[in-house]
Amino acid sequence: MRVKARKWGYKLFIVLFSLFILFFFVLPLLWLLTAPFDTKATLRVSLPSTFTFNNFRTIFANAFAIRALFNSIVIAGGTMVGVTLFATLAAYAVSRLKIRGRDILTYLLVLFSSVVQGTAAMVPIFLLLYRLKLVDTHLGVIFVLVGGLLPTGIFLMRDFVESIPRSYEESALVSGAKPAQVLRHVVVPVLRPGIMVLAVWSFVQAWGDFLISLIVIRSPTKMPAPIAIYSFYTEGGTPVLTLVSAYALIYALPVVGLYLFVNWRFGFRFFGGIKGSGR
Amino acid sequence: MRRLWLIVLLGIVFGWSSAGVGESIKLTVTARAVRGGVNSALVQWLEDMVFPAFIQWMKEQGKDVQVEFIQFGGSDEALKQQYALDLKVGKGADILGFDGFWIPEFDAAGLVKPLDEIVGLQVWDWEGWAYIPQGMREILGYKGKVYGLPLGTDVRVIFYRRDIFEKAGIIPPGSGLRWQPRSWKELLDTARYIKKVLPDVIPLQINAGTEMGEATTMQGWFMVLLGTGIHMYDFESGKWYGEHPGILDALNFYKIVYVDEGLGDARLQLIPGARARTFEFFRDGKIAMLVEGDWFWRSVLAPGSEWAIPNRNEVVDWAMMPAKEPGAGYRGQNFVTISGGTGFILNPNTPYPNEAWALLSFAFSREMQLAFQSIQPRIRSRTDVPVVGDPVMSEMAKALLPYTTVRPMLPGYPQISYQAQLMTERVVSGLMTPEEAMAAYADALAELVGTENVIRKR
Amino acid sequence: MERPRLYLMRERTFSILPRSIGLAFLTPAVLFISIFLLFPLVWVIVISFTNTALTGPGAANPSFVGIANYAKLFIPTRWLRPGEFGNALRNTLLFVLGSAILGQVPLGLSIALAFHRRKGLLRELVFSAATIAWILPGVAVAFAWIAFLDRDFGTLNTILGFLGIPRIDWYFSYPLYAIIFFNIWRGTAFSMLLFSAALGNIPPSFWETADVLGASAWQRFRTIIFPLIRPSVFTALILVTLWTFNVFTPYLITGGGPLFRSETIPMYTYRIAFKFFEFGRGAAIAVLMMTINFVLATIYLFMQKRRRII
Repeated sequence: MRVKARKWGYKLFIVLFSLFILFFFVLPLLWLLTAPFDTKATLRVSLPSTFTFNNFRTIFANAFAIRALFNSIVIAGGTMVGVTLFATLAAYAVSRLKIRGRDILTYLLVLFSSVVQGTAAMVPIFLLLYRLKLVDTHLGVIFVLVGGLLPTGIFLMRDFVESIPRSYEESALVSGAKPAQVLRHVVVPVLRPGIMVLAVWSFVQAWGDFLISLIVIRSPTKMPAPIAIYSFYTEGGTPVLTLVSAYALIYALPVVGLYLFVNWRFGFRFFGGIKGSGR
Repeated sequence: MRRLWLIVLLGIVFGWSSAGVGESIKLTVTARAVRGGVNSALVQWLEDMVFPAFIQWMKEQGKDVQVEFIQFGGSDEALKQQYALDLKVGKGADILGFDGFWIPEFDAAGLVKPLDEIVGLQVWDWEGWAYIPQGMREILGYKGKVYGLPLGTDVRVIFYRRDIFEKAGIIPPGSGLRWQPRSWKELLDTARYIKKVLPDVIPLQINAGTEMGEATTMQGWFMVLLGTGIHMYDFESGKWYGEHPGILDALNFYKIVYVDEGLGDARLQLIPGARARTFEFFRDGKIAMLVEGDWFWRSVLAPGSEWAIPNRNEVVDWAMMPAKEPGAGYRGQNFVTISGGTGFILNPNTPYPNEAWALLSFAFSREMQLAFQSIQPRIRSRTDVPVVGDPVMSEMAKALLPYTTVRPMLPGYPQISYQAQLMTERVVSGLMTPEEAMAAYADALAELVGTENVIRKR
Repeated sequence: MERPRLYLMRERTFSILPRSIGLAFLTPAVLFISIFLLFPLVWVIVISFTNTALTGPGAANPSFVGIANYAKLFIPTRWLRPGEFGNALRNTLLFVLGSAILGQVPLGLSIALAFHRRKGLLRELVFSAATIAWILPGVAVAFAWIAFLDRDFGTLNTILGFLGIPRIDWYFSYPLYAIIFFNIWRGTAFSMLLFSAALGNIPPSFWETADVLGASAWQRFRTIIFPLIRPSVFTALILVTLWTFNVFTPYLITGGGPLFRSETIPMYTYRIAFKFFEFGRGAAIAVLMMTINFVLATIYLFMQKRRRII
């Protein structure tokens, strides 16, 4: 009897805890769901005094803002393709080849990449792209993002790859398949959830990129959404809340949609667990 | 026969290309301006008035020119950052809206060049030069060279709300009398009186802190410092004032206002969007006195703008900023003010220097400047373009231009200006005493320009 | 037919991936990393010893200045003053401690523990909510949080009002707490997903044994769960620390203010490098930051390898 009571008490605790956590994560986002639909949006979260779609209409009429969204898609899409492809290939190679010190190397690269994605590397990146004539190009931004995200991407992928027993590949090879075929037909299907996670993660990182685009993109026609949002400011430098909130919502939706889709089809989780060294 | 055809053909081809027929030139102009947003009048003037007239004029000369204005809605600092990066990689619009005090540092980096170096000496053939006096040319000038054309200049005053003053009994209602303090004591006494009689109103707001950037230095720090008798920079010796009783007096003024007596709201100066909030409060009658530039009158409070006050001319009046005591101000003046200036420069990377110069000088022709005056009257750079349509602006200009001075045009100025803003921030937030803040300022200056270039006088 | 197979079986090591193909697979990644990561990194180190700038006198003719840039970061009299490097460093350490080490990782672990082996709507909701908070673009969440934290209209103060707590001026009075709070909210999902996967890896037999033994939740955690997920704990700590150290998004909320009270090293670097265009100094800060990260990562790795059993 005691055990049962304890079990129910425990369950209740879990439910309360999870409701609290749910509340915690959802609360700050409520504003993005109410303000865009209000003609007189304030910083308050309240049911719109005057419900409207006008804010969205204004945004869609703004060619610059819409083009910015497309620019973001280009940058994020390109980065997603690059990171997913190269990181998967590299992770597979690192896992299956015997490279000495690969653990240390991966850790070092992750360390470096965190710095390079930071603010100070902006300078040499800017100067580097200038020499490569890639300033003010989407390709330049994509290259920088790919370079910066690859180490962590490989890190994430490697554990997915490691969790696949080599027997699958061995039997395929013994049957006469070439390594590339093995990769395509044996490994990738098993890795698919992991690849999806990597794709979403890299898309999301690139979608949210602000600093690199700010420094590299010079023409207003090529600027992505995070920079365009600041054009909805007024004379004195305050945001026009109606437009900013609406734009932020539009800007947030693709990423949410992508996550929900991947989660529904494949399940968004770090399969196989990520183990550190010392396996 | 064949050879003749060839010659004719070649002749046509050569004639065609040299005439430039079918060759379309695209010019771009950029500035911190957004239609319907910040500096909207500028966009209106350029897109609706200047560009069509210019394109027409070019067409009459047989040239096919397109002009586009690229709007920028961010802060001045963000714009400066964009410019630095653009110019470094050889890009950027053909004509750039530029603040004069950026020129020294950009020039030191080789990012901008004087007009006659970009276009050639024929720049000086333009008729407009005769109407732009030396003082105006120096706004976008450096080391004796001219880099662009200034849209005008401005002055800074104390804006006050007549309705609050009447309510407090300082001005008898309906008397039409105007308020003009003649010393800091009179200014502060007025503020104290308002605080006593109307406790819900912020009596005096004068810019401080790094949040407002250069606006703090211009509308705040300089206005107070000049009243103590010194500038930030000693033009004669070529040194910067690091420690001086004048600086201490100025800091103590800030301390009285924000720390000791609560005559101003310090928090309002330190939060993000501070400047916009002070505008809002002034519009709503929550601030009695605000020290600002004439841009505030003609652009921020003007009918149709976001902070427009419907009966602006009745409820808002202005007074000159007094020196600490009569005769104690810079150059022995009773009143002080300072002028800045923005304008347009040519991008040294422009592929069409001649056409770009044609556009720039066209925009600064008398007709075009008068056109701008019609939408936004202000002190313009051409002497043949008076301030019309706004008696308040004319009065402000007439009263204050004799008292004004300018910022030192040196590459190190922006950093030093920042240190001054930091200094006021430290005092206003109570973080440091005026003595400590001044010492820190002097140290920072020594590091920036070298100890030998800093005046330390206690 | 028979002989080749026998031959293969007698090979000592059977490599799945021939070296040449493996290297080919590696090449694109190596190329990108070398050009866009390692090269800028070396460049950063190099220019940290110069006075390279974008405007001003140092721009046209950068010159070697030795360790002057580094020395400027450590002037004793001014080091901890708001607006200087020491202040940013202190803020960053507090920020990392509060939001990563004491925030995201334990919280992520708690959520993962609460929900492991449970399915259902609640789990899906919680996990999705946390993940969405993590993946939403930084600019969008920044605006949402500016609204959330506003003194007069913000949702947080409204909720606190229901609990009888007076309005708090988050931006002005507690900026560092505000961004710590924000970052916990932002990044917990990563730890949560990591631990969830790690916990899922524990063979069911372990759970059964624990159930049979009637171990309490705490005992279970200490003696069974933690040792099994120990590597994940350290992985999470390393990555989260690294990322938190370098995160820039809070700048969009507080701008490092007021009075530099919430300025972290990335914000400080941004200010030096892109407000004043002092690239040389910015590079020195970056190198310093990387060194600190390196030290921290090494400490973590050491701690992980040292004891196998708690």
